Amino acid sequence: MSGISPEPLLSVRGLAKRFGGLIATDGVDLDVMPGELHALIGPNGAGKTTLIAQLFGELRQDAGAIRLDGEEVGHLATPDRVHRGLGRTFQITQLLPDFTVLDNVALAVQARDGHSFRFLADARRDEGLRGRARRHVTASGLANRAETRVADLSHGEQKQLELAVALACEPRLLLLDEPMAGLGHVESGQMVETLRALKGRTTMLLVEHDMDAVFALADRVSVLVYGRIIATGTVEEIRDNPDVRTAYLGEGDA
Amino acid sequence: MRDTVTAQTGFAPPSAKPLLAAAAVIAALVLLPFVAQAAGSPATVALATRVLIYGIAAASLNLALGYGGLVSFGHAAFFGIGGYTVGILYQHYVADELILGLFTGSNQLLVTLPAAVVVSGLLASVIGALSLRTSGVQFIMITLAFAQMIFYLFASLTAYGAEDGLIVRRRNELFGLDTRNDTVFYFICLGVAAAFFALLSRIVRSRFGLVLVGLRQSERRMAAIGIAPYRYKLAAFVISGIGTGLAGALMANYLRFVSPDMLHWTKSGELMIMVILGGVGTLFGPLLGAAALVILETVLAAWTEHWQIILGPLLLAVVLFTRGGLQALLARLGGKP
Repeated sequence: MSGISPEPLLSVRGLAKRFGGLIATDGVDLDVMPGELHALIGPNGAGKTTLIAQLFGELRQDAGAIRLDGEEVGHLATPDRVHRGLGRTFQITQLLPDFTVLDNVALAVQARDGHSFRFLADARRDEGLRGRARRHVTASGLANRAETRVADLSHGEQKQLELAVALACEPRLLLLDEPMAGLGHVESGQMVETLRALKGRTTMLLVEHDMDAVFALADRVSVLVYGRIIATGTVEEIRDNPDVRTAYLGEGDA
Repeated sequence: MRDTVTAQTGFAPPSAKPLLAAAAVIAALVLLPFVAQAAGSPATVALATRVLIYGIAAASLNLALGYGGLVSFGHAAFFGIGGYTVGILYQHYVADELILGLFTGSNQLLVTLPAAVVVSGLLASVIGALSLRTSGVQFIMITLAFAQMIFYLFASLTAYGAEDGLIVRRRNELFGLDTRNDTVFYFICLGVAAAFFALLSRIVRSRFGLVLVGLRQSERRMAAIGIAPYRYKLAAFVISGIGTGLAGALMANYLRFVSPDMLHWTKSGELMIMVILGGVGTLFGPLLGAAALVILETVLAAWTEHWQIILGPLLLAVVLFTRGGLQALLARLGGKP
């Protein structure tokens, strides 16, 4: 993968974050190549979500560099990183519960459309916004729920909507924080197919506990343990890596 | 597939019901002075004028509080500053002196109302820019603190009447109309209120309005789609302050008097009660709430000076049992689910 395109889309160097005595991120180096689906795995408490939050600007790192397509973004606020092409989904869904499915997606389309200091025209009748939003909703398989309030959706549907909203932002790099968490077997399978269909079109960094999903989808895998990346490689390399086996897979999670 | 999608999700055409209801309300408000005259109760016109003015102020507060989730406990500052703009312009007009050596006074509504809009907008920009760096309880307290500062400033400003306030001997003039006539002034307020609510109804449906309601629901989500909250919240706060200042300017004209009372923190509380009573985050709820509070106050105060003892439990009942204020209650009575 790295031979095809030498410049990584995301390049993290020496990233560090500590909370009091707890070292959550301990000198992380990580490259995500354009077009790849890069999985980030690790046992509970390894610091995966903390790492995602730093990449997305919700947490400020203590040290280290985060470069997106060569540009340093580590000092930027979340909205500015989004404008430069970062997107994320949340493990615990962060949606607008009083709005409908279509409203949630249309707001993402609207945000991508430029500033929202437009005070007079009815945004819900703006066919430019609504049409694009409807296409995203249909692509996510939620078309028959478009006018349903988010608060009335099932957990699985909210997970689908998380992804639809993130995709409506048309990110160059999508950070996926446990998109399968809490999904049933069938829903989980559908999510794998959705992500597989996205492969190649969107670069993805996938944090996931579901090893079947990771091994089915990932081009490369990095293993995070106690805030450190202990290995990066293809699925086969990671499966066969003895350190990974003791640190993680040996725990019976595989 | 496409057909079933549109069949299940297609946009329902906008219902004619709200439009009809709005038309009926407007017709009733236009006819009100004539009915009041015929019924031999001219005081009703004055009462309705106060309802309209407080309705504008409460609906303005609701833009920040209900739509934006910005619980301001300092909106008396904007109400009062709007009123003082009218009072101060009038005093300088009568004395024929420049304000700060720069501006002439005025008794023209077409000057004083825009002036109140500008002054309250500037004040809201300053208070908002500082207060919005906080949130939650801190935001409530800091807006209250700013309003109290303005209150004490005017209560000690002897050039403008200090605690006694300013008397506006004659209401501001407009196109040679007899503004002293309560019915004429009522129609002026009705016109301003109609324009204000028409504008507000567009703002809350606009791209800006949806962003504001989105920020109330989850700032984290809005940041994740690329929306930086601060400037949208500030814009909402400024618009909210402007509307409240406009109402204050009308109130100063209506009362022909402005005093630190308009700036008192209890005025912020009253506006908040109107919003909650009528329906938080609804367009016309605050107008209903203003009507309910003003009418209750008038009716109950005629019975007993301890009218707030009766108001308290009523307010409690509305909050506990209507689930969304009078607006929600009316909607349910009107057959909506």
